[in-house]
Amino acid sequence: MNAPLQLWLIPLLPFAGFLVNGILGRRLPKWLVTTVALLAPLAAFGAVLNAAATIYIHIVPRCAPCGPPNWGYISLPYIETCPLPWIDIGTLHINFSFVLDQLSLVMLLVVTGVGFLIHVYSVGYMGDDEGYARYFSYLNLFLFFMTLLVLAGNALVMFVGWEGVGLASYLLIGFWFQKTSAADAGKKAFIVNRIGDFGFLIGMFLLLANFGTLTFTEIAAKLAYPGWQGGVVTVIALCLLLGAAGKSAQLPLYIWLPDAMEGPTPVSALIHAATMVTAGVYMIARTHVLFDHSPFALSVVAIVGAATALFAATIGLVQNDIKRVLAYSTISQLGYMFLGCGVAAYSAAIFHLVTHAFFKALLFLAAGSVIHSIGGEQDLRKMGGLWKKLPVTFAVTTAGVLAIAGFPPFAGFFSKDAILYAAYLQGANGKALWFVGLVTALLTSFYMFRLWYLAFLGKPRGETAPHHSTPWSMLGPLTILALLSICGGWIGIERSAGWINMERFSGFLAPAVGARAAVGGSTQLELMLSAAAVAVALLGWLLAYLFYRQKSTLPAQLADALPGGYRLLANKYYVDEFYGATLVKPLLAISTYFLGWVVDKALLGGAAWLLGGVATFSGALLQRWQSGNIRSYAAWLAAGAAAVLLFLVVPWPAVLASLSAFHLGAAGH
Amino acid sequence: MSFLQNDVPLSWYLLLSAALFALGIVGFLIKRNLITVFMSIELMLNAVNLSFVTFACQWNAVKGQIFVFFVMMVAAAEAAVGLAIIIAVFRARATLAADRIDLMKL
Repeated sequence: MNAPLQLWLIPLLPFAGFLVNGILGRRLPKWLVTTVALLAPLAAFGAVLNAAATIYIHIVPRCAPCGPPNWGYISLPYIETCPLPWIDIGTLHINFSFVLDQLSLVMLLVVTGVGFLIHVYSVGYMGDDEGYARYFSYLNLFLFFMTLLVLAGNALVMFVGWEGVGLASYLLIGFWFQKTSAADAGKKAFIVNRIGDFGFLIGMFLLLANFGTLTFTEIAAKLAYPGWQGGVVTVIALCLLLGAAGKSAQLPLYIWLPDAMEGPTPVSALIHAATMVTAGVYMIARTHVLFDHSPFALSVVAIVGAATALFAATIGLVQNDIKRVLAYSTISQLGYMFLGCGVAAYSAAIFHLVTHAFFKALLFLAAGSVIHSIGGEQDLRKMGGLWKKLPVTFAVTTAGVLAIAGFPPFAGFFSKDAILYAAYLQGANGKALWFVGLVTALLTSFYMFRLWYLAFLGKPRGETAPHHSTPWSMLGPLTILALLSICGGWIGIERSAGWINMERFSGFLAPAVGARAAVGGSTQLELMLSAAAVAVALLGWLLAYLFYRQKSTLPAQLADALPGGYRLLANKYYVDEFYGATLVKPLLAISTYFLGWVVDKALLGGAAWLLGGVATFSGALLQRWQSGNIRSYAAWLAAGAAAVLLFLVVPWPAVLASLSAFHLGAAGH
Repeated sequence: MSFLQNDVPLSWYLLLSAALFALGIVGFLIKRNLITVFMSIELMLNAVNLSFVTFACQWNAVKGQIFVFFVMMVAAAEAAVGLAIIIAVFRARATLAADRIDLMKL
């Protein structure tokens, strides 16, 4: 078989859905829109599953002495390249290529699988919206670009997907564009991401300049030669990190993500929690060879991740909007993933990416279910006691909260521990990183249980009687995601030597992202660290219980006791204000006064005015000639004819010669 | 061979033609009445015709004669159209003074 896998189908199926719903959606009946919208991601998921099955079920044992591999054998990475060159200019040759390896397979399963569940959920959630078809066409478009990003075999294809998901994100954040805040949030997300994309672009240019290729496998092959250490590799890696920080909402570019919650809740779940924002982590894992060759860049990744994790978690403590709590939690968890990447534990980061996709999508969808059923209220202070009215939502949220807080055997426990363990073993700085991670785990546990207590337990505050019952299309995905949040971490467990270890997932990913031997690790240490993590999670739960269940006056007292600290957190460290004062205002001033007045009005406007003035003035002069008097025209005509006649009839050379001869003669005599 | 077997030389014909043409130009330029202007144009055309036939005779070539027929034909058509325009102008503006017909002027 020449092409046992049809990778191109995976992005193209959602794209077909986008075309159908985007072009015809308004005229199609609703059931048809729904069918198309759901079939597209389902078919893509099927294509991914088919690829996985082709690789892992038909596979013939990999033994070299058995002769050539059988037809079913596909070695990873499997690369599919478009037969026609994409960009072919001079020495620059870039093909449109896809790559399937363990990393992209895992990511594809998450993107299309969770994506499909969220599509199903959206059928219920967006059922009454006027832009139903538009919504699903955007969602399918997002899946197209996301799968393109994941499958990309070189940085340029990845960049196409990268920009595309940015576009889809912009469209979906501003989905309710009649609302000014939503439109602004979309713009903010897009503009902040531009800064990151700038880094990505510079990184790509440097890659081309130094390696002459953008293909990941070729870069890895070239880096395998000795001599690449630090220097230009560090610069490239830092540029890519800037891109990743923009897309994955890390410090200092995280500011767009909380505002992105203006979009519909399933969008927040799919794009701004489960998939798109993890693209930065994926990109770092995909280009990990570069980071491996630059310890400095790696430590920057780790520091950015740890700082973001702690920073966002502290803000999350005091937010009152249920979606904003989850947004800061997402930033914090993405920081965790960056921390994992930064200690070269790429597989742990990807593991956390997967489990986070499960439980954070679940939490967002559950929050959406709450918001949907109580008529659009998002303020935690006005909820309470919802467990009786929304039992299923309560149950799945509980699973999600336990998972994110890191209780065994829920999914978050395994992945978070993998990251913390890897951080702890990372030299001297590792202990500090680990400690930051642990504190973040405490805060995470606290704010998630705070949300849990405020929303579901206690007495109802405000009018929170459910308006809608939750349809099956919303409950089904919630249940599946809850099961995944419970069991999703078990894929990392492996039986070994009478005991179990957590190496299965990293072993699976090792061919794609490499495996760094943990120095000084031991099962005892791992168990101890796990115990510490669970202990702080319990502590966080206890504190939340104390604050929001036992003595509900305590938060207010604490806020009164530390007014400065509370205000700092409630205002999100004034980062938006800081950026506003240091970046936006000066830029606006430069645009208004320098670009607007000096360049636009004075220089360009002056030049235009000058040109126009010259034309008007000369026109006014020439206008006088046009008297409108026929006889004067005729006179000019006659004069012209006379002049031509004079010119033709008089033998000018002879006349001139005789004139000059006369002159010379006169002078001579 | 002498010109037309008589004693009138070629230059006289041409001078007459030039004089007629000049008269036509002058009339065209100084007269106000459209009909006079129009007649001046006809005069110029016929002055040219005269030089055409003169030269045709001189060189024993028929081309000039044929040209004259063309010119006369065009002049006839022009006269029809021109007179029609003049009548229309007179009906609309009750004047034939060329200076007063200045609608196109700014």
